[in-house]
Amino acid sequence: MPEAVQPVVAIKDLVVDFGAQRVLDGVSLDVQPGEILGIVGGSGAGKSVLLRTIIGLVGRQSGTIGIFGEATEGLSEAAWQAIEHRWGVLFQGGALFSSLTVRENVEFPMRQLMRLSDRQMADLAMIKLEMVGLNAVDSAKMPSELSGGMTKRVALARALALDPEIVFLDEPTSGLDPITAGEFDRLIRTLQQTLGLTVFMVTHDLESLSTACDRIAALADGKIVAEGPMATMLKSEHPWVKQYFGGRHRPGGNGSS
Amino acid sequence: MNQPPVLEAASNGKRLAARGSWTVANAAALERLLTGLPQADGFVVDAADIVHLDTFGAWTIERVIRNSRAAGHALALVNVPERYNDLLGEVEAASVEVPEAVRRRGVLAMLDGIGRAVFAGIDDLTSIVAMAGAFAIAFGRAIRHPRSFRPTSIVSHLDRVGWQAIGIILLITFLIGAIIAQQGIFNFRRFGAQDYVVNLVGILVLREIGVLLVAIMVAGRSGSSFTAELGSMKMREEVDALRTMGIDPVEILVLPRVIALIVALPVLTFIGSMAALVGGGLVAWFYGGMSPELYAVRLHDAVSVHDYYIGLIKAPVMAAVIGIVACSEGFKVTGSTESLGLRTTASVVKAIFLVIVLDGLFAIFFASIGW
Repeated sequence: MPEAVQPVVAIKDLVVDFGAQRVLDGVSLDVQPGEILGIVGGSGAGKSVLLRTIIGLVGRQSGTIGIFGEATEGLSEAAWQAIEHRWGVLFQGGALFSSLTVRENVEFPMRQLMRLSDRQMADLAMIKLEMVGLNAVDSAKMPSELSGGMTKRVALARALALDPEIVFLDEPTSGLDPITAGEFDRLIRTLQQTLGLTVFMVTHDLESLSTACDRIAALADGKIVAEGPMATMLKSEHPWVKQYFGGRHRPGGNGSS
Repeated sequence: MNQPPVLEAASNGKRLAARGSWTVANAAALERLLTGLPQADGFVVDAADIVHLDTFGAWTIERVIRNSRAAGHALALVNVPERYNDLLGEVEAASVEVPEAVRRRGVLAMLDGIGRAVFAGIDDLTSIVAMAGAFAIAFGRAIRHPRSFRPTSIVSHLDRVGWQAIGIILLITFLIGAIIAQQGIFNFRRFGAQDYVVNLVGILVLREIGVLLVAIMVAGRSGSSFTAELGSMKMREEVDALRTMGIDPVEILVLPRVIALIVALPVLTFIGSMAALVGGGLVAWFYGGMSPELYAVRLHDAVSVHDYYIGLIKAPVMAAVIGIVACSEGFKVTGSTESLGLRTTASVVKAIFLVIVLDGLFAIFFASIGW
């Protein structure tokens, strides 16, 4: 059925202002089905803003965003909701509902949006939790009892609750130690293959970019300054990209060049 | 895109062909399909024509396999399209133990509830006393080192709990004074004693209603905000941050708040009492026909300076109770937003309860010393 492969997310000339400050200044970017796309950029470059604009939490000044081949401009409430049911979002801090247990957090979207029996929801939630590497004991915990890595895992399980076609991850490995972060990257890869997901990932983590991502887009000065696989990044002439991927992250540090 | 899921017997009878979308959107249909499944040996399910398969569909298939295995039959899945292998493998590996919630019922649950409530009550009392102690220590230290009083903080809290509360307190006490006077005149008139409404309003307002109303208003207005502020600081580890810097959170957070309340409440009580007397006077004038001059003279005869003192003496004590309860509840907030809400409610309820109990104790005390 696929004609020419249609991008899952198609962004064109996106402009976002915060008051007088222009955060995104003409961003154009396509996310292809089945790929893991990593967005990099300095702190405050607008990576999270880009993600939040795509999922509709931040308004835009101009430009178009198409999701699943539908323009998001002037969509009816119902059509927008239908789109929302087809994606999952992992927020930076996890954003777990603090008054619900881990399992109830994963069941929550199912409970609100699907007609399933309690038993079916519990089964499905447990499968999702096991997919992200958690067990029955963890499922009864409250979010305040979880470590940082576990919080991210639960948030990922919740993002996957509705079997979405695309997941948006906002810094999934931030605040995790390199080993846990590495496991998380592999988890995302495995789940992407198992569930046939498309992944849109905002990250700071060089390791994630090279192990998990198929394609990388670098955001600087409100624009996409480089786009392509790791090899393209390494060849880029843009000063920020060069510094970021060139290994000299801190001026005066022990960089080789 | 969505096609109804089908499971039907193919040519030779032992082969079941699965077709359509085995997805969560068709959960009910899938459930129906599976209840009608034959329980016998040697069946195979042909998955070649499944168009869509999600976790729910995969789990449904897995459940069928597990059920028939549990019943002692062998059921095999054949012709699985390549793209579903990972998902089915993942689901096959899932143990799906849903931990059962422990739930007690009946007499035992009731006893359990009573026991917990008693111990929670004791804990509450201890925590309030502990916070009062911590406040006293911090206050004592601040007297020896007056620098740690933090005047800026106290003034900013005074502005919020005192100055900004004046408007609403004036309005409420004025209305209550007026209502008391109206009821007094209406009921006393029947036996010609309407002039005594001045005694009623004067004594009631100065001794009891003024301070009680103001304390309840302040508990609802400022006590709740103290609890919410300290609670969210606790949630965001700000309190822990202070502690690791070697700064006593009680000294920097509780002390200025409680001192501000102790200063503000007597002032608000005075303002409130005056507003209530004015309200009563206006009603006595317009509804009871008593001129303001006469009202003032009768008020002068009716109340003693003791009545006025009693109200004002109670105010700082009630302020301390409200502040200490609010702060101790704030520090009890744990990670969840729900506990923040619970603690804020508890803070207001406990503060109002204690203020009323305290008022009763004061009444007994002042009666026994003959004021």
